[in-house]
Amino acid sequence: MADNAKLPPLPTGTFSARAVTWSKKNLFDGWFNTLLTLGSIAFLVWLIPPLVNWGILNATLTPSIEGCAEVTGACWGFVNANLRLILFGTYPYDEQWRPLLAMIVLMGIICFSLGGVKYPSFRKAIIPMWVIGVPIIAILMWGGALGLTYVQNSYWGGLPLTLILSAIGIIFAFPLGLLLALGRQSTMPAIKTISVVYIEVIRGVPLITVLFMASVMFPLFLPDGVTIDKLLRAQIGIILFTAAYLAEVFRGGLQAVPRGQFEAGDSLGLSYWQSMRLIILPQALRLVIPPTVNSFISMLKDTTLVVIIGLFDFLGTVKLALRSDPAWTKYYVEGYAFASAIFFLICFSMAKYSAYLEKELRKGEQR
Amino acid sequence: MKIKTILAAGAMSVAAIAANNAQAGAVLDGIKAKGFVQCGVNTGLPGFSAANAEGKWEGIDVDVCRGIAAALLGDANKVQYTPLTAAQRFTALQSGEIDILSRNTTATLTRDVKLGLTFLGINYYDGQGFLIPKALGVSSATELDGATVCVEPGTTTELNLADYFRAKGMSFEPVVIENINEATAAFFSGRCDVYTTDASGLASIRTTMAPNPDDYMILPEIISKEPLGPAVAQGDEQWADIGRWALAAMLEAEEYGVTSANVDEMKSSTNPGIQRLLGVSPGMGEALGLDEEWAYRIIKQVGNYGESYEKNVTAKLGVERGLNALWTDGGLQYAWPVR
Repeated sequence: MADNAKLPPLPTGTFSARAVTWSKKNLFDGWFNTLLTLGSIAFLVWLIPPLVNWGILNATLTPSIEGCAEVTGACWGFVNANLRLILFGTYPYDEQWRPLLAMIVLMGIICFSLGGVKYPSFRKAIIPMWVIGVPIIAILMWGGALGLTYVQNSYWGGLPLTLILSAIGIIFAFPLGLLLALGRQSTMPAIKTISVVYIEVIRGVPLITVLFMASVMFPLFLPDGVTIDKLLRAQIGIILFTAAYLAEVFRGGLQAVPRGQFEAGDSLGLSYWQSMRLIILPQALRLVIPPTVNSFISMLKDTTLVVIIGLFDFLGTVKLALRSDPAWTKYYVEGYAFASAIFFLICFSMAKYSAYLEKELRKGEQR
Repeated sequence: MKIKTILAAGAMSVAAIAANNAQAGAVLDGIKAKGFVQCGVNTGLPGFSAANAEGKWEGIDVDVCRGIAAALLGDANKVQYTPLTAAQRFTALQSGEIDILSRNTTATLTRDVKLGLTFLGINYYDGQGFLIPKALGVSSATELDGATVCVEPGTTTELNLADYFRAKGMSFEPVVIENINEATAAFFSGRCDVYTTDASGLASIRTTMAPNPDDYMILPEIISKEPLGPAVAQGDEQWADIGRWALAAMLEAEEYGVTSANVDEMKSSTNPGIQRLLGVSPGMGEALGLDEEWAYRIIKQVGNYGESYEKNVTAKLGVERGLNALWTDGGLQYAWPVR
C-alpha cells in the first residue's frame, strides 16, 4: 500500500511525551494557531464555569415558585412543574396518554421507514404501515370513535403537534416537490409555466405570509358559514411552501444527472415515467440528500411559526406555560433552553441519519 | 392546479359546515345543536385567559364564556376554546369559526360598526399607564419630558404613547421591543426610564418581574380608555341578548351579595331583585328564551363578577378592583337591571 509511506512515524515514548508532541503539532503550530488556541481556552474558561454554576450547581428542579426563588441558578422547576403543559399543550389532562401514544406510534413508523435502508425486507411494509398508522394516530388524537371522547384540534399542542405538522408536511411536500421539479423540466409549455410560476411565487413570499393568508384572509373568501379547520389550513400552507423549496432542490439533482442517462432510458424504449423511476430519480435524489434534509430541518423549525395563528407547537406551549402564572414568566430562559435542547435533539438526529444515508447509498460507488 | 385539488379535497374531508351567520337565531341554533359554545380567547394573558398547569383555560374572560354556557346549556364546562392572536380574532368571529369572542378586546366605534360586532358589555375597564423606577424621582407623567420609553410595537399602546406626549408638548424616545420578556428585561436593566402598557399588565410586571417591586411605582395618570368586553357577530340578536344578560347577571349578583356559596340560601330571600334574578319570581328566563334557573346556574357554577375577579385578576396579577369596582363602591361596573 503506497499510502502508508506518507503516514508519519508512530509516536513513541511516554503518554505525556506523546501528548506534548501532539499538542505542539495540532494546537501550537505557529504563532497564529497558538493565538487561536489560547483565545479558545480563554473563551471556554470565561463561558463554562458560569454556565455550569447557573445550569447545574446552583439550579433547582423543585417544581414550585418558592423553590425557584431560593436559588441563584436556573429554575428547572419551571419545566418540571409544567412538563405536561409543555409537552401536550391544552389537550385534556386526563386524556394525555392519547397524544403520547400517537407520538410513539408516529416515531415507530418513522424509525421503521428509515430502517428500510438497512433492512430491505422492511421496504414492502412501509406504505402499509403508514396507511394503517396515520388513521390510528388520527383516531387517537381526534377521538370520537372506539369510545374515545372527541377532542377538537384547537386543543392539540406541544410536541405531538410539532411532530405531526412536520411528518405530514414532509410526506406530502416530497411528492409535490418532485412533481413540480419534473414539471419545471417538462417540454410541455403549460405544465412548465404553471410549475415555474408556482415555485417562484411561493419562494417569493415568507412562510409567515402564507400562514397569515391561510389563517386571516382565506376564511373571508369562503362562502358564508363554511369554515375550514385552522390546523388543516396551516398544514396545507406548510406543505405548499416546503414543496416549492424541495422542487428547486430536486431540480438541482435532475440537472446533475448526465444527459446520457436520459438518452439511455429513451434508447431502451422506456416510457417517461419508467425511465424516471428506474434510471433518473434514483441517481438524482441520491445526489441531493444533504439539501433535502436541510429543507426538512428548516421546515421542522419553521413549524414554530404557527404560533402566530394561535396554534401551540412545542415552542408555543413553552410560551403558554410561561404565561400560565405570572410568577413563572421570569423563567423564560429556562423554558427556551429546554425547547432548544429538544429541537436540537430532533434536528441533530435528522442530520446524523442523512449522513448515514449518504454513506449507505454511496457503497455502490466505493467498490 | 395542485393547490386547488388539495384545497378541494381538504375542504370536502374536514370542512365543518357551520351555521349561517346571516340568519336570525342561527348561531344560537348552532350552539344548541352541537351542545357547546365555541369561545375565542387570548393565546395566553394571565388573569384574562391563560392555560393552567393542567392545560385548562382560566381567567376572567374565560368565565364569561363559562357563564353563558351555564345559562344556555346548563353546564359551565360545555365550552370549547379557540386561542386566537390579535390579528385573527375578528376574522374568526366573522367566519363563524367561533360563537363569541372573549379576548380582552377594546370596544371601539369602528369595531362595533365597521367590523359588524356587537359588544355585550364591559367586563374589564383597563387603561394605559406608566411604570417607573422610584429612583427617577418623578411623581407625575407630566414630568416625563425627554424620557426613554420601552414599548411593545404594533398595538394601540404605541399610538396612545405618541398621542399623549404630543398633546402635552413633550418629547420622548421610544425603545420598541417586540417580545414582552425582552421588553421588561430591558426596562429592569435600566435601558429605558419608563415602561408603558395597560395598567393591568403594569401591575403584574411590577410584582412578578421586578428584582425588587418596592423600587418601582406606577404613575397615577391613565392615558387611554380601554374598555374590554366580549363580542359576538351581528345578526343573531337572541344570542347576543343571552350573552349580554349573562354578564349583567354576574354583576348584579355581586351587587346583591349573591355568591356561589350562598346562592341556595338566597333563593329564599325576600328582596324582589334577588327573587327576579334567581328565578323565584319568574319571567326573566322566559323573556330570554331560557328556563328560570339560568342566572342561578351562572352564579352556582361560575360565581358572581367579584368572585371571578378575585380568583383570576387579584390572585394572579395582584391588581385591585380600581375602576372595576361596583358603582356602589366608587367604580364603573354598573349592570343594567335584570327586570
